Amino acid sequence: MATITEDITTPAYDGPFRRPTETQKGIVSWLTTVDHKRIGILYGCTSLMFFLIGGSEALLIRLQLAHPNGHVLSAEQYNQIFTMHGITMIFLVVMPLGAAFFNYLIPLMIGARDVAFPRLNAFSYWTFLFGGLFIYSSFFLGGAPQCGWFCYAPLSTMGLPTTIGTLFYALGLQITGVASLVASVNFVTTIINMRAPGMSFFKMPMFVWMSLVVNFLLLFAMPVIAVALFELLFDTAFGTNFFNPAQGGDPVLWQHMFWLFGHPEVYILILPAMGIVSEVLPTFSRKPLFGYTFVAFSGVAIGFMGWGVWAHHMFAVGLGPIANSAFAISTMFIAVPTGVKIFNWLGTMWGGKLRFSTPMLFSIGFITMFTIGGLSGVTHSIVPSDYQQTDTYYIVAHFHYVLFGGAIFGLMSGIYYWYPKVTGKLLNEKLGKSHFWIMLIGFNVTFAPFHILGLQGMARRYYRYPAHEGFDFWNMVSTIGAFIIAFSILIFLINIVWTHLKEQPCGDDPWDARTIEWSIPNPTPHYNYLEIPVVHERDDWWHKKYTEDEQGNLVPALAGASEEATAHDEHAEPHMPRPSYWPLVAAAALPLFGYGVIIQWVFGAVGAVVLLVGIYGWAMEPVE
Amino acid sequence: MKPRARLVAALACLGLLAVGCAKQAPLSTLHPEGPIARTEYGLWNVVFILAVVVFVLVEGAIVFAIFRFRRRKGDDSAPKQTHGNTRLEITWTIVPAILLATLTFPTVTTIFSLARAPKGAMQIQVQAQQWWWKYTYPKQKGITKQFTNANELHIPVGRPIRLALNSADVIHSYWVPALAGKQDVVPSRTNHLNIEAPHPGTYLGTCVEFCGLSHANMRLRVIAQTPSDFAKWAAGQAQNLHMPTSALGQKGMKTFLAQQCVGCHTIRGTAAAGNVGPDLTHVASRETFAGGIFDFNTRNLRKWLTDAPAEKPGSKMPAGVATMGLSKGDIQALIAFLEGLH
Ligand code: HEC
Ligand SMILES: [Cu+2]
Ligand SMILES: [Cu+2]
Repeated sequence: MATITEDITTPAYDGPFRRPTETQKGIVSWLTTVDHKRIGILYGCTSLMFFLIGGSEALLIRLQLAHPNGHVLSAEQYNQIFTMHGITMIFLVVMPLGAAFFNYLIPLMIGARDVAFPRLNAFSYWTFLFGGLFIYSSFFLGGAPQCGWFCYAPLSTMGLPTTIGTLFYALGLQITGVASLVASVNFVTTIINMRAPGMSFFKMPMFVWMSLVVNFLLLFAMPVIAVALFELLFDTAFGTNFFNPAQGGDPVLWQHMFWLFGHPEVYILILPAMGIVSEVLPTFSRKPLFGYTFVAFSGVAIGFMGWGVWAHHMFAVGLGPIANSAFAISTMFIAVPTGVKIFNWLGTMWGGKLRFSTPMLFSIGFITMFTIGGLSGVTHSIVPSDYQQTDTYYIVAHFHYVLFGGAIFGLMSGIYYWYPKVTGKLLNEKLGKSHFWIMLIGFNVTFAPFHILGLQGMARRYYRYPAHEGFDFWNMVSTIGAFIIAFSILIFLINIVWTHLKEQPCGDDPWDARTIEWSIPNPTPHYNYLEIPVVHERDDWWHKKYTEDEQGNLVPALAGASEEATAHDEHAEPHMPRPSYWPLVAAAALPLFGYGVIIQWVFGAVGAVVLLVGIYGWAMEPVE
Repeated sequence: MKPRARLVAALACLGLLAVGCAKQAPLSTLHPEGPIARTEYGLWNVVFILAVVVFVLVEGAIVFAIFRFRRRKGDDSAPKQTHGNTRLEITWTIVPAILLATLTFPTVTTIFSLARAPKGAMQIQVQAQQWWWKYTYPKQKGITKQFTNANELHIPVGRPIRLALNSADVIHSYWVPALAGKQDVVPSRTNHLNIEAPHPGTYLGTCVEFCGLSHANMRLRVIAQTPSDFAKWAAGQAQNLHMPTSALGQKGMKTFLAQQCVGCHTIRGTAAAGNVGPDLTHVASRETFAGGIFDFNTRNLRKWLTDAPAEKPGSKMPAGVATMGLSKGDIQALIAFLEGLH
């Protein structure tokens, strides 16, 4: 109480509580940061942690399946592990890793100093983190989810040894969903409203375009899954009958809602990587992105068409021939804009002067592997053929080629590419290249055999398989591959440590890059741009460095032109939004609500108080 | 860049091996038998070849670009700056679209033809539950009296079969790869699946929708017989039990009827009329039991009756010794009884 009266008497009102100051260092500064770059780093590090956990789960799965009738895990443990592997990789790795890039790069690429709502941004991160920890706490509080990542009812609500895992699933994804929804509002607003003067939509870097599509998808997809998750929660915890067939509920309703979210989700996972590749390829080909407008519009087309294909996950459910035909056709045609992208990337490389630095290798890895996943995706749309392939390892092969060969390779490319932007140092190229090649080989050794296993009839989600059915050999191969991947990740981690200890700063524009974030120093100063840049061209930074003559040949721009942007050293440092505790406090309330449902209502009551305090402090705190 | 070329070669080899290996794979989708699986396989072949062609073209172009357009050492000049080519863009939008459009026709017509009920089909009801299959053969042409059977589906060759699928608990999926693609089995709905076997033999199948703890242990087999063999089999199944003749068997029957077994299992011709577990009237006529994962023999039966959930995680059949209080002697007798139920 004393602080309140004190503060009110001081001239600048600073809110009812003591605020963290910008000068604070160490852990407190990270807990209270509202800087989009730091939040991006937090997102990135957290998702890499979860990546290691999800990867370890994958190794357990592969150990169990290395031999027929595996004994490494019990049936229940196996079901928990494969469920958590899926949940982790999708919701706690690839989605937040995308968010890490959105956070760090969008303001830089559009020439802004921060996102539209910096504190909301911090709230998104903490909510995501707490949501992830909440889901993982299930291991110690009665059992992890064991319903598979799509958690079909009524198995999830009544057909398992314990349904406590389903509660953690429903509540945990609800919490991480809040994080995504809030973040999407933030990024959509940022991209639409905060672009630097001169940066029209068609001068935005392609990564920003893809981010815009992803965040619109999130904005519309998260509410769908939120409703579905609430219904699942009510069925499981309170005995409602949304999906309970015995009481007139419809189990297929869950599938419709899940996949109505789930298919756009696929694009939420892959489009950020596509955006990254669209930045990396031009830089290392020293040519502009081929067919910029086609690439942008194919992304938008995917965004729209992605809403009309969900039932291709349900061809065997028995929706009838009319629905199956309609969704077969829509699924076939969504391959067209995806193909357009691949052709345009090829067009970008065509006639270039390709430099095979690590980011470029990962981007090419992305294109080659994603093409395989895309083509097997087209085979799924041939419904009668899919009747044979669905729910087998053929599908598992497909989505790993899309989400690992695609998303993870693309995101890795981005990590290597923008690492200097974040740290001021280039990751070691030798280690980076061995990381790439070993991962590429390990990836194919692991997942190519899944095509064969699937066609040979190996079903998904089997905790064991009998001997002598033709599954032994390829499962063994796949397990070996998984450990090769693990080894490549080890090299990646070593690279990070090595780079921090041994590498020298690399300067401000190590790749001879194209977009304006490379016009400012590495690592990025906390205010980003000393002076908000004025954008004249697509790939504005490139055009400051080079111009084209009439024949399309590149000539260096007049000396000194490129310095123009950074030549205003005498300016005072810009005033930045101040750090705040409140996003952290408000986010901490959400898992408490979750425990309130699962363990004891008291937790929920505490959560309500925490949330009220958080929102009160937040609302009363002046922005500046 | 050699490793990449080697990789492509390795992938091609994998593809070839896949076809070769499938010979020993009883669940393979690449060895269809019967008209339905063949139709589906035919479409797979079309789209697979198409995909391989596109794969080779695209990946070939990428590999070509990698070699052809790599920066030579010391060359710091910039390439010609091309921004796009509208005519090219329109071409590679339209051509794939046309290619895909040609696929829609066979796809849609096949979807409809597979869904139609074939003329003169034998109707069989399939009920899925965690983790076994129950078949009911209603009275119809070729079947004089309705009867029930579990896990092993007998069908006459050359006659289309129309399965009516329903689930008693969660969602399962019925799949016999050699005969037809899968059909999910959803509680509160009746889905249909057509199958047809061209010649006598045993076709393996399995549940392919994740259905809980023993999802991996919910297998099945289809035994196709000549029409006369099938008629003989069906007539036998429709009868009541064969009374045990040996003293041990008779003791086993008494034990069975005195035990909880009666509450869960039906043996036609006795007081046992339970509906929780499989009909055991002719259990010894089956090659396997418990969702097709154990061969029907004395050793496996002993294990099963001693502790079913230990053999099959989550099984709804209680542990014989620990829960039902069976003695060694009881189990011996029960086995003798069960083995006589041809
Ligand atoms: C609580 C109900 C219940 C009781 C009591 C019960 N069973 Fe079962 N039984 C089942 C169920 C359910 C199955 C199917 C299990 C599976 O495949 O997962 C089964 C399967 C079997 C099978 C294998 C049948 C097949 O073809 O797959 C045999 C044999 C059998 N029980 C014998 C017995 C005997 C003998 C007793 C009494 C000592 C008994 N059961 C008591 C529920 C029961
Ligand atoms: Cu989909
Ligand atoms: Cu099942």
